[in-house]
Amino acid sequence: MDRRDHALSRRRVAALLALALVPLAVLGVFFALPVAGMVSRGLFEGGRFDPGAMWEVLTRERTLRVLWFTLWSAAAGTALSLLLGLPAAYALHRLEFPGRRVLRALLLVPFVLPTLVVGVAFRQLFSTSGPLGWLGWDGSVWAILAGLAFFNTSVVIRAVGSAWESLDRRPGEAAAALGATPVQVLRTVTLPALRPSIVSAASVVFLFCATAFGIVLTLGGLRWSTVETEIYLLTTTLFQLRAAAVLSLLQLVVVLVLLVVAQRLRATPDPTVARAVPRPVRPRRTDVPALAATLVALVLIGAPILTLVAGSLRVGDGWGLANYRALTSTGSNQALTVPVTDALVTSLRTAVDATWMSLLLGTVIAFVVTRRSVTPGERRLRGALDAVFMLPLGVSAVTVGFGLLITLDQPPLDLRDSPLLVPVAQALVALPLVVRTIVPVLGGVDDRQRQAAASLGAGALRTLATVDLPVVWKPMLAAAGFAFAVSLGEFGATAFLARADTPTLPVVIYRLIGHPGALNYGMALAASCVLAAATALVMLAVERLRVPSVGAF
Amino acid sequence: MTKVHLTTGALVLSAALTGCSLSGGDSASEPEASQGGGSSAATESGPVVLLTHDSFSLPKKLLRQFEQETGRTLEVRGSGDAGELTTKLALTAGNPDGDVAFGVDNTFASRALEEDVFATSDVELPAGAEDYALPEGGDRMVPVDNASVCVNVDDAWFEKQGKTPPKTLDDLTEPAYRGLFVTEGATTSSPGLAFLLATIAEYGEDWPSYWEDLMANDTKLAKGWEDAYYVDFTQAGGDRPIVTSYDSSPAFTVDKKTGESTTSALLDTCFRQVEYAGVLEGTDNPEGARQVLDFLLSEDVQAALPTSMYVFPVRDDVDLPQDWARFAEQPEDPATLDPAEIADNREKWLTEWTDVTTR
Repeated sequence: MDRRDHALSRRRVAALLALALVPLAVLGVFFALPVAGMVSRGLFEGGRFDPGAMWEVLTRERTLRVLWFTLWSAAAGTALSLLLGLPAAYALHRLEFPGRRVLRALLLVPFVLPTLVVGVAFRQLFSTSGPLGWLGWDGSVWAILAGLAFFNTSVVIRAVGSAWESLDRRPGEAAAALGATPVQVLRTVTLPALRPSIVSAASVVFLFCATAFGIVLTLGGLRWSTVETEIYLLTTTLFQLRAAAVLSLLQLVVVLVLLVVAQRLRATPDPTVARAVPRPVRPRRTDVPALAATLVALVLIGAPILTLVAGSLRVGDGWGLANYRALTSTGSNQALTVPVTDALVTSLRTAVDATWMSLLLGTVIAFVVTRRSVTPGERRLRGALDAVFMLPLGVSAVTVGFGLLITLDQPPLDLRDSPLLVPVAQALVALPLVVRTIVPVLGGVDDRQRQAAASLGAGALRTLATVDLPVVWKPMLAAAGFAFAVSLGEFGATAFLARADTPTLPVVIYRLIGHPGALNYGMALAASCVLAAATALVMLAVERLRVPSVGAF
Repeated sequence: MTKVHLTTGALVLSAALTGCSLSGGDSASEPEASQGGGSSAATESGPVVLLTHDSFSLPKKLLRQFEQETGRTLEVRGSGDAGELTTKLALTAGNPDGDVAFGVDNTFASRALEEDVFATSDVELPAGAEDYALPEGGDRMVPVDNASVCVNVDDAWFEKQGKTPPKTLDDLTEPAYRGLFVTEGATTSSPGLAFLLATIAEYGEDWPSYWEDLMANDTKLAKGWEDAYYVDFTQAGGDRPIVTSYDSSPAFTVDKKTGESTTSALLDTCFRQVEYAGVLEGTDNPEGARQVLDFLLSEDVQAALPTSMYVFPVRDDVDLPQDWARFAEQPEDPATLDPAEIADNREKWLTEWTDVTTR
């Protein structure tokens, strides 16, 4: 390598870092700083660092038990979500049958439902007197796993589906023509091509499962606790900041290890997987297993939702819409300060902000991490950046939330009461999802196309518009819908940071379900159904919007 | 045709949403803030920020009344439950994110006092309120409301089965009530913790063996109140007619036909929770903070507490709502523990409790 190459490579690295600067700064202020502040508050007592105390926390029998349960339940939850999600991703994105777009939109709904409400719905299904009581799952690990799969199957469907949709059919068809069985085609052609998106989805799902809070508490009874629930307990109930800090660090290390492993697995042997304009086909006989598996996923996701809908229509001993009509009021005995409808408007407005923020940051990050690296050092740098932006998923919301309070409390950074804090927090929650939705597709673009465009005289922007944009705009829309949906349903950070006089829909639902009175409970269920419907509508709009334009580029 | 319409609809929808995003114009807070800062007597009528938990709720009318009477805008900021609120206050002690706080209860009070969260404020307590004052720190934390966590029974269920409902904590370990009781976890919910404290107040050092008996009698543990009350309790279609809830709960289960409540609280099993408010140490608006304390203790707010926050007032000169007066009977002699004792032992108790219940 001569000197010119070195200079070129340095320039590329500099450009790379410059582009990454904005997202890095945002992440630094709203994530790294708060977490560092909270952790050091726990570790340094009276300005003195005491590693012995750290060791004492780490070797507690309970810490080990909690860590072990977190790891294996998250692994099992991820496996289950993949098992249910992959066939459904295939059926809903590769096959043509009536209603598949509606189904696709509906399957995203669980993702934004408030965990407390879903937890109650699940428990109604599994409790001794419930319809599925005979399974004996109430308070068992099975209930937790079902809950984790309920929330995360949609992530798999969406993330893998959008990559699968535009996957070129011809290599598979060629293999089949040469005598490969469908299973062989799947194993040797399709799955390798999908590996980046599957690994992406799996790593996101694993992080979601490992940091699941409400679902583990509600469905697992009290027998099971994860690192996340333990950090919450240590911080708020016991005020043991040191133990909480140690667990936060432990969680961070585990997440980092996981991300490195995922990074390795994600590296494609052949990054130039052919993309094609999606052409869904009618289901064939060989598609029956996939369709059957999709049906199972549908039942699992549908049952708790149906429980919610049925509950929301229940009025006394009969049925009716009274719970929905009450949404324009403030509940029985003025349970709320604002009507539920006002909260919905607040939610929508916040979601708009969170969406553009996460999309902007996420797209920049996706471009940065997917450019073809010239030197190994550059590749490592991109890999590290990729992992850094996933970290927010793996850190306890309690740590970040309290960290914000103690670090952003001095001018010029006294942001504790900024109205933008909530959308920024929600954008950070949605960011990894946005990145992971865009990256696999963008990473599949053959860099030679960009080189060809450049050698024909196209500038950087022109190359972007003609090579990258046609492939990436659909995943971007999907990501926008995702981010919007996540923001609509986000509760943890929102409840912590929001003003009490402008609550969002999930906050209002939590308040309603937290108080006695049949009407309040009914309204909580009705409001959950409204939240679900709003999400489904947004996703349907995204689904529809992208249809007529296919092939227009 | 439908596709075109839906697409147009989606575009219009997204355009409409963008038009009213938060960054597009925060109509709620900006004019108020500038109004407060711009007036000539800024220090006397500056806006005041109330930090509270997210169960805080008062009629809008009352909040407006406060603003009219004092000339101050009131901003309410919620943050999680009582535990989260207390932690938040403790972490920001001396440089608070607001001027006044409400919602730290007696199970968390000592943490707030130890961390010097509150400043002294010489608020005059109305008649009745001093019964709820803290043994230590009464000059810094002012009682605002109270409610007791009590075991509730489904009277309708017991009547139908022809059985006598339990009355005391001891009864719950009797074979007659085997498999009928559901309670919340002490580590995961505030009524759960209160119930644990009730048993500690009743049995002293022997409480672990009481809990062993309770668990041996097939007591079910739920994560939180919602979970226990809406899933397991027979009133909601569950299969356990005994549940840990509040003394006010029977006021919410009044049968429309008979006009009678179908549940009742066992008044010998209660633990009293009191919620406090105080001026935050380090606020730059102590006068406004002080006015909020007076406001919370005013007759109007005290009278609104049952319907808006499901708690009892500390004043004894306000009328309770009709259903409350009839069905929400308060225990005369609920169990209490010194906040300092709770602070010293909370961790030990919770660890022991976890050991006993997950054995």
